[in-house]
Amino acid sequence: MKNKVARDIPDDILAATQRQVFNGVDYGHPVTQRVAPKVRATTGGDKIVASIDEVVTKTVADGMTISFHHHFREGDYVFNQVMRSIIDHGYQNLTLAPSSLTNVMNDIVVEAIQKGVVTNITSSGMRGTLGDAVSHGLLAQPVIFRSHGNRARAIEHGEIKIDVAFLGVPNADDMGNANGMDGDAAFGSLGYALIDAQYADTLVLITDTMKPYPNTPASIKQTQVDYIVKVDAVGDPEKIGSGATRFTKDPKELKIAKTVNDVIVNSAYFKDGFSFQTGSGGAALAVTRFLRQAMLDHQIKASFALGGITKPTIDLLNEGLVARVMDVQDFDKGAAASMKGNRDQQEIDASWYADPANKGAMVDKLDVAILSALEVDTHFNVNVMSGSDGIIRGAIGGHQDAAMAKLTIISAPLVRGRIATIVPDVTTVITPGDAIDVVVTEVGIAINPKRHDLIDQLSNVPGLPVYTIEALQQKAEAIVGKPKPLAFTDRVVALAEYRDGTLIDVIKAVKD
Amino acid sequence: MEIKQTAIAGTLESSDVQIMLSQSHDGVTFDLVSDVAKQFDDAIKATITQVLAAYDVHNVLVKVVDKGALDMVIRARAITAVQRALDLADEPNWEVL
Repeated sequence: MKNKVARDIPDDILAATQRQVFNGVDYGHPVTQRVAPKVRATTGGDKIVASIDEVVTKTVADGMTISFHHHFREGDYVFNQVMRSIIDHGYQNLTLAPSSLTNVMNDIVVEAIQKGVVTNITSSGMRGTLGDAVSHGLLAQPVIFRSHGNRARAIEHGEIKIDVAFLGVPNADDMGNANGMDGDAAFGSLGYALIDAQYADTLVLITDTMKPYPNTPASIKQTQVDYIVKVDAVGDPEKIGSGATRFTKDPKELKIAKTVNDVIVNSAYFKDGFSFQTGSGGAALAVTRFLRQAMLDHQIKASFALGGITKPTIDLLNEGLVARVMDVQDFDKGAAASMKGNRDQQEIDASWYADPANKGAMVDKLDVAILSALEVDTHFNVNVMSGSDGIIRGAIGGHQDAAMAKLTIISAPLVRGRIATIVPDVTTVITPGDAIDVVVTEVGIAINPKRHDLIDQLSNVPGLPVYTIEALQQKAEAIVGKPKPLAFTDRVVALAEYRDGTLIDVIKAVKD
Repeated sequence: MEIKQTAIAGTLESSDVQIMLSQSHDGVTFDLVSDVAKQFDDAIKATITQVLAAYDVHNVLVKVVDKGALDMVIRARAITAVQRALDLADEPNWEVL
């Protein structure tokens, strides 16, 4: 059955997964029923467990759903230690439901799939050897990709029922009060993990730093925690976040960043009290720098910056140009380190950040979002999931969620090497064109034709060439040539949900 | 024209292509590795074949290591490689160029 973005979702998939097809970005006001976790009462004497092996045998059983967070990113030691124990104990048929999967987790997940330990996966994304293996059909059941907001929604509604959450934390006390701000492996906001802490039947904390009781601020509370395991190290501080942020010197990225800034500044949204979200790429960081100057020049201050946070955004906070930073994760050490001492840098959970099915998420109040893309098509649909070879190599992250902003800007080069970014049809639709307002490339911008207001505001800005999206696509094709279409089999290896849980696209196994 | 010596042009940098031509007796054969082979293998071969035909070269082994080069780059590297292979590097074939 074809959905609203003209993707054919196979009927057998719809029947097997009990899903609806994507039918528009407006969530409406449905009343839903949340689930609640099981609670094993304790006064705390039995919470400390000697080893990961012991806690795994205490908590895991065949067929369970287990979860992790990805706040340690490429410096994660917890995921591999827990999965090693689970594989070695021979558990079978587990569903793996982490907030996302980073490269450092790839090899052990592939091994777990090969041994039948993991038979289902839901994640924000995957890449590298794991994405490659899944795209070649390693996993019998299709992977389900969900945005950060959608994951929160799915957990709240029991679509993801977490039996055991294994959450690495850089500090905890002996009752389980923990935060992400102190310790050698501090990463700042625990945003994605807070949902697991709230909804998992059994919550295991793994830490390398025991704090005196009571440990505050307690992002994760003792009322939620079943067991605590002390290990030597939970993460590699050098790989958790990037170090000092360097602004790009790439002239193409700078041109794109300056153009993004021109779009924002000349839009009606650039006024005192506006709000914004930027990503972590080179161009996004440069946008922050241009935006800072524009805010100073026009004496405009922002009410909040949202999402994944970097040091340049914290600098705006300290400078008084941004009143609040609403922080679901920290991309670099500067952002992670500042949370502890700054009460205006508010830790928010994934539901507060981006869940469409709650009583109001922060993305609903967002004015400007600057997002990236692997591909954008002439319907403004965006792919951030499958590479130019059709292989899974990305993550939804908060893309679908932040695209709810009033002004959603995609910043992307026209071409990358011989691969066009602006294409007739994206390989995989992740964020629908209805949610995208402006596409910015180094040669100029394209405005979604349904946004007459933006066309009026941006059409006569000096130095801001406006093209149709079709014209941008043709410029790209003139440079790189016309590619052969990718060849896929009929086998569905992954489902891409929209943030409301409907199916926006499926990913098929590559043919090669 | 027959290939006089094995010749190479281009580098392994991103957006470049390295083309090596060596003697052969059974037509034009390709050994192609490319980051964008799925989308552009035929296009890369067609461009190089065109250049070879312009120089009247019909027996050659073509080794291509492509790093996502644009068509104009592939054409330029192919011309350079064939001029070197035919020992014409000092006397460019202007009609072909």
